[in-house]
Amino acid sequence: MSKSNVTRRGVLKTGSLAGAGLAIPTIFTASSVAAFTNEPTGGTVTLGFNVPQTGPYADEGGDELRAQKLAVEHLNGEGDGGMLNTFSSKALQGNGILGKKVGFVTGDTQTKSDAARASAKSMIEKDKVVMVNGGSSSGVAIAVQGLCQEAGIIFMAGLTHSNDTTGKDKKANGFRHFFNGYMSGAALAPVLKNAYGADRRAYHLTADYTWGWTQQESIQAATEAVGWETVNNVLTPLASTDFSAYIAPVLNSGADVLVLNHYGGNMINSLTNAVQFGLRDKMVNGKQFEIVVPLYSELMAAGAGENVQGVIGSMNWNWQLPDEGTKAFVKSFGEKYGRPPSNSAHTCYVQTLLYADAVTRAGSFNPCAVGEALEGFEFDGMGNGPTLYRADDHQCFKDVLVMKGKENPTNEYDTLEIVEVTPRAQVEYAPDHPMFAGGSLGECNAG
Amino acid sequence: MDILLLQILNGLDKGSAYALIALGLTLIFGTLGVVNFAHGALFMIGAFCAVTLQRILNLSFITLDETQKDFLGQPLKVKTPYLEAWFGPETGGAIIDWSVPLAVLFAIPIMLAVGVIMERGLIKHFYSRPHADQILVTFGLAIVLQEIIKHYYGANPIQTPPPDAFKGSVDLGVMMGFDVNAIVYPLWRMIYFAFSTVIIAAVFAFLRFTTFGMVVRAGMADRETVGLLGIDIDRRFTIMFGLAAAVAGLAGVMYGPLNPPNYHMGMDFLVLSFVVVVVGGMGSLPGAVLAGFLLGILESFASTAWATTTIPGINQIVIYLVAIIILLTRPRGLMGRKGVMEE
Repeated sequence: MSKSNVTRRGVLKTGSLAGAGLAIPTIFTASSVAAFTNEPTGGTVTLGFNVPQTGPYADEGGDELRAQKLAVEHLNGEGDGGMLNTFSSKALQGNGILGKKVGFVTGDTQTKSDAARASAKSMIEKDKVVMVNGGSSSGVAIAVQGLCQEAGIIFMAGLTHSNDTTGKDKKANGFRHFFNGYMSGAALAPVLKNAYGADRRAYHLTADYTWGWTQQESIQAATEAVGWETVNNVLTPLASTDFSAYIAPVLNSGADVLVLNHYGGNMINSLTNAVQFGLRDKMVNGKQFEIVVPLYSELMAAGAGENVQGVIGSMNWNWQLPDEGTKAFVKSFGEKYGRPPSNSAHTCYVQTLLYADAVTRAGSFNPCAVGEALEGFEFDGMGNGPTLYRADDHQCFKDVLVMKGKENPTNEYDTLEIVEVTPRAQVEYAPDHPMFAGGSLGECNAG
Repeated sequence: MDILLLQILNGLDKGSAYALIALGLTLIFGTLGVVNFAHGALFMIGAFCAVTLQRILNLSFITLDETQKDFLGQPLKVKTPYLEAWFGPETGGAIIDWSVPLAVLFAIPIMLAVGVIMERGLIKHFYSRPHADQILVTFGLAIVLQEIIKHYYGANPIQTPPPDAFKGSVDLGVMMGFDVNAIVYPLWRMIYFAFSTVIIAAVFAFLRFTTFGMVVRAGMADRETVGLLGIDIDRRFTIMFGLAAAVAGLAGVMYGPLNPPNYHMGMDFLVLSFVVVVVGGMGSLPGAVLAGFLLGILESFASTAWATTTIPGINQIVIYLVAIIILLTRPRGLMGRKGVMEE
């Protein structure tokens, strides 16, 4: 009688292992069949634009998407070329990327980390995108950046201002063109000191998540360095819609400045509430009470209406800048869409071109080669003056804008004015600065 | 003491919105027995009535100003409202300035119509269905309504400022003998509280002192018997649905100057308003109002720097915490009646 070694338990074990192996998403096993994740093989290459298309930041996401579509047009040689005409690197010729026509797919982040990861994952697995770009929140950016690192895809962040994105949560596959909380503080503090004096007492209201925390820390440090005192910092839930209970105690707290570390709908409502409570009409400590909004966007300013007039804040870029790059982009965008682009649109447009340029200079879509081409890359002509993509943390260093709500706007887009273009040197910091400590880029992952 | 008074004022103000929405919810539940998750959307539609009227009043013609340039370097398009052209800048400007109070009148017929259409067109088909079905269909309706608003108005909040005469704040502290700036409160928030009080009183008076209201109350107590008396109670309940929609809509119109309307504002209030209804006692109108103000005040106190420092996160959970305590000690809520939602 012959005896077989095959047992029921053995078959089950082997079957389970084989099943589990087959079930592993292809994005984590791509290296076995291609040189890197989603290596383009045909005549087209697909980019993934992951922006909020629903939810409270849908308008901002819509503007990002408009800019991304414009960038694709320019890369494919359509339209007037926009910033390709002013970009200091001349690698891109308007014939796609490495001769491949550029296509794109879009995802909806909903400004929720889990939804953003799911849409990015779908774009990577199903649509085979080689790069993910976009977003309007630091929570989303950090979540998607982590996913792209695992998948072996380049992530070109959109609007994300938390120090953590290129600080403790930085990743080798992630790159940020947008400025950050530290830079806002460094640019704003001297202007605030000049405008309101060194003897000021600030009260902070801060959105209770990564971006709010790091911005508050940055603004507090920068303003205290110029002599201001911090009276209090109150964390407000992200879901808050009415801030009256937080603002009512400000006037008799001894503070004479209110710093609103809020963004989007939170900022519109908290600023509206602060103006309602008459804060800006009051004299406290013998000084006019002032409000500061460290991070501005055009859409927020439009939403806040006349409440924003005279309020100082900062931005990554603005369509009113006089340089040739800005003029070229505003002309392309304005003629196509009938409105000036926002600073989130600008950063997504620039990131898309920078990715394409890096691929072209590297001669490969391999994310590690692209990453190398971006690291330490110095460029100009993109609207922010001479800019460096620092190799140590994948953060762009460039001039920062200090803005003020315009007192007498002439039309719906004329909400903010440029107070100062803070030079890059003033907002630079060491890679091991304590506010950015705690993480490392790690190794580039090609999939 | 001044902080205490300030937070009570804030709580009353916040509670006004909760009470108005919860009042409408309770009216609908008490009359029709429907758990209406689309009620927050009615609040939002009311706010967008103000946005719509503001846009109508601001309808403009365009002239080109050659002396100024737009962002593309073209002559600037200057918009002049027709009202200012017809009635002069002062009168026309004043009409536009008063768009929110005018929107109260504008919103009443619209909200009544929306309520009646909603009830006759959709909700009446779910009277005999389980509460879970009613919740699903009304929640779905709320999402559809907010997406329609987002499609036409965008996701960004839109300012509906109060008239210039009611902007700014009043130093109530000085009037009460406190220091300057001790109790400063916005004028429009006080108007909102007064407006809510009037609306709540009007609804109670309507139910209490009119024949229509008496029939509705009788129907709430025993629908079948009222029907047997030959009274068309369904028609009256449909009107009550319209009335509840109008109350929610007016709450939304007047809320706009406090926080700019956006398509999601109904959802922001919905869950809290349901907690208010449950805490007040299902089907109890005075309970809804009492719980609205009570929870508004508690939420206000929980948001103070002292409270959030002492118990981090208390501002986010206080309402639910109190709801649990009240329901454990008084399972029918503060003023709930026996037999409602218990079968």
